[in-house]
Amino acid sequence: MPASPSLPADELPETPTRTPVGLGTLFIAFAKMSLAGFGGVLVWARRAIVEQHRWMTADEFNETFALCHFLPGPNIVNLSVVFGSRIRGVPGAVAACAGLLGPPVVIVTVLAFLYARYGDLEALRHTLAGVSCAAVGLLFAVIARMMLPLLKRREPLSLLVLLAVFVAVGLMRWPLPAVLLVATPVSILLTMVVQRRGRP
Amino acid sequence: MNGTSTGSLWTIAWTFGIMSLFAVGGANAAIPEIHRIAVEVNHWLTDKQFADVFAIAQLSPGPNVLIVALIGYQVAGILGALVATLSMCGPTAAVAYSASRVLARSKDAQWPGIVQAALVPLSIGLMSASGLVVMMTADTSRAAFFLTATTAVLAFATGLNPLWLLVIGGMLGFAGIL
Repeated sequence: MPASPSLPADELPETPTRTPVGLGTLFIAFAKMSLAGFGGVLVWARRAIVEQHRWMTADEFNETFALCHFLPGPNIVNLSVVFGSRIRGVPGAVAACAGLLGPPVVIVTVLAFLYARYGDLEALRHTLAGVSCAAVGLLFAVIARMMLPLLKRREPLSLLVLLAVFVAVGLMRWPLPAVLLVATPVSILLTMVVQRRGRP
Repeated sequence: MNGTSTGSLWTIAWTFGIMSLFAVGGANAAIPEIHRIAVEVNHWLTDKQFADVFAIAQLSPGPNVLIVALIGYQVAGILGALVATLSMCGPTAAVAYSASRVLARSKDAQWPGIVQAALVPLSIGLMSASGLVVMMTADTSRAAFFLTATTAVLAFATGLNPLWLLVIGGMLGFAGIL
């Protein structure tokens, strides 16, 4: 692939830091972002991988996450597997995934026990509601941050695709498989057109 | 309970295992399907319990997919929580691993880059849709909506630790302001 700036999608092996990452470091990094990840881990995963450890650039993170979003199953679990295996193969995938799931499963099981016992408390209910509102705000903040690379590149076509998917799924509530079946080929076609046009 | 427990574990394992393979779009996108399985088909939880379990999954640290651990616990205790989590994450982790291998092997080809770049706007669009859907369930009052908006702006514009924002949200909720 020619290393031209008009091909921002040229990404896979080029992580910003090339120093080998230990399995223990991977496990701990994912355990940390998972345990910090109230209301979803994505916010923290992005922070740790892109901003703190600089294991990936913002674009690489977006593209890896987009891939994981389209593989079936929980995105962030997929992300840990894909990311871990890119860095350290199968052991890396296992370390990252175990770090991500192990500690919070223990905590959630304790919470499940507590809920089974005290779930009817009114104060608990109110507190939960407040936390949910803040968590939704955090979700919007991370969406905005992920949009920044798109906005900077000034690609109206991809913003249009983004908007169309949002309207179809969020406002019209059309079934997800149908929307994806149409939107995915359209977006791939548009990306090919944009990249071809951008080439010198 | 003990007699039905093994049977329940199997039901948890295969329903979540199969469902996860079709759950494109992540845990939040799968919520309606999880609700259908847990409440409507298997009657593991009531509607009210499901709403509570959803809030706890949002509140607790870790991936939101751990809502299946909470559901598994309701059905079959600690073993249920473990089985639900493993069957929800195991098969798809294997798929993700193979997919990333295929992509890495064809790194000299142009199509993986194009496909991945093409998926970015779709992915962000879906997340925005999820944001809207969750917002409509969480923000039931003007104060709640204001809290969400303020949190979003603060988290976007400052380097403030998101945990504090969640704690503040919880305190406001506890105080009965929302």
